[in-house]
Order: sequence, then C-alpha cells, then structure tokens
Amino acid sequence: KDYVLLIADRKVAYSVVALKSDHDKIMHLDASKLFAIAGEGGDAVQFSEYVQKNLHLYNLKTGLPLSTKAAAHFTRNELATALRKGPFQVNALLGGVDHSGPSLYHLDYLGTLHKVNFGAQGYGGYFCYSILDRLWKPDMSLDEGVALMNTCIKEINSRFLVGGADFTIKVVTAEGIRVLDPVLASSA
Amino acid sequence: AGKNCVGIASDRRYGQYQTTIATDAQKIWKIHDKLYIGLSGLATDVQTFIEKLKFRITLYQLREERDIKPSCFAQLVSTMLYEKRFGPYFVEPVIAGLEGPNNEPYLCAMDLLGCTSTAKGFV
Repeated sequence: KDYVLLIADRKVAYSVVALKSDHDKIMHLDASKLFAIAGEGGDAVQFSEYVQKNLHLYNLKTGLPLSTKAAAHFTRNELATALRKGPFQVNALLGGVDHSGPSLYHLDYLGTLHKVNFGAQGYGGYFCYSILDRLWKPDMSLDEGVALMNTCIKEINSRFLVGGADFTIKVVTAEGIRVLDPVLASSA
Repeated sequence: AGKNCVGIASDRRYGQYQTTIATDAQKIWKIHDKLYIGLSGLATDVQTFIEKLKFRITLYQLREERDIKPSCFAQLVSTMLYEKRFGPYFVEPVIAGLEGPNNEPYLCAMDLLGCTSTAKGFV
C-alpha cells in the first residue's frame, strides 16, 4: 500500500565455494530508495556505488531528491550505454517511495526497465513468481507483505538446490528505510 | 489498413526465456495523432531507441512547428537504424499512420538495419 519490501540472500559465492554468508546485497541509494543487486561480484558493488554517488551529486547540485522513476531511468541509461562498451553484469530491483507513492522497478543487465508490482531476479523467480501471482494483492499492509515474503523464503529454502540461505530484508516507507530482522535459515 | 484508417496491435508480454515478468509492457507508442510506431525485439534496445526517437521528434516539432509526415518519419527511423549498421539496435519497427490531407493509410515495416517495406494492405 505505502511501502516497498525487498529481500536478498546473503551469500557470496566464488564458483563452488561460499566466500561469505552475511553480505548485504541491498544498497541504500538514498534515504528513500533501495537497490537490490544480483550479479558479478565487482560489477555489482562498483555499479551500485556509482549510481548511489551520482544520485547524491544530483541532490547536491539541485537540492532536490530524485524521484524513484527518475533514478530508475538514470540507472537504465547507464546500463544501456555500457551495454555496447563493457556491460555490467548486474541484475537489479530498484524500489523506492516518493511523492507519487511506492514503486518497484525490475532492471536487467542489458538495461531493460519495467515497473512491476512484484519481481524477482535470478533463480528466485522460478520459485516465487507463482506464489506472488496468486497471493499478491494491491494495498497489502506491511504485515501481510512480510508474511508473503516469508512464504517465498520458505519455498526457496525447501525447494531450491542452493537453498538453506539467510536473507536480508529491508523495507522503504514514506518515513524512510528500515532493516527488518534477517531471516536465518536456522529459524525458517 | 482500411478506408482512411489504420490499425496497429501488439502483445503485452515482457518475458525472459520461459519466464513472464510482466503482462503490461508497452510496445506501441504514439508519435502524434496520426502516427504510431510499434517496436519489437530486444527490450533494452526498444527502450533506448524510443527514447532517441522521441528526442528527434520533439526537435522536429520545435523546428518545423508541425507534425511529421509518416513517410518522412519512416525515413528518419530507417536512417537512425542504418547509422548503427555494424552494431545495430535489435529492434524491428512497424509504422502505421495517415498521410496527407486525404488521410491515406501509410504502413511500413522495417528490419533491424532499416530496410523499409511499405505495403498497401497490411504488414
């Protein structure tokens, strides 16, 4: 209704080895935007920091915060320009709340942007889209949203081959960003 | 195309391989009251190309103070695509409009390099 909820797993993998299992993949672009990134290690961090700093620069130059739509389009343009030079292997979900309400954008590494009500990047989609299709309704309260997220997490942890993962959960509301308790595989 | 009328239709799926991500994608854009363009192909190039096209059309409108003719628009699209001959936009445009004072139907489809094929009945 008035929030965007993003979750991401916390594992960093290097071929078959899990390097780290408490890595935060949801970056705060500014006080009202979250950027959940899936992709190649270096690219993911570099690109998201680049976007974050450019948004900050815009804020410093103009004194205005960028709307979520504008930030999403800016990010898309960066990815699309880089596509034919040296593409960033970064798939992302950009969520934010601004004067026009909450919005979520699905961005892939080629620079395809789409505003969505719910979305997933990576293998998560195979498991979660059907759950979200069935159970998502417009104007859900935050508690209902979190319950829906927990259903998705349970599904991933039981059916995904590389499941049993911890998840970071962050929510953006009109008041700002809140980090909810991470869901630990042990408690799922 | 019909008598002084044209129609253009597209699906609304945005998907990756077998997964459908959205069912409300826009693939047809209005250029002006008597001109529409439909773009299919690689989604990111569709988005980039329509942004560039809107830019060129806005400039045209500011300079010429009139709406662009469909045949002229088709030429513009063709040229823009051919400029990228050796690194093309992966888009396949379909242009539908009404040309001239008599509202003659204008239908034109193009490949990714800008090769136009104008037709009378349908493309």
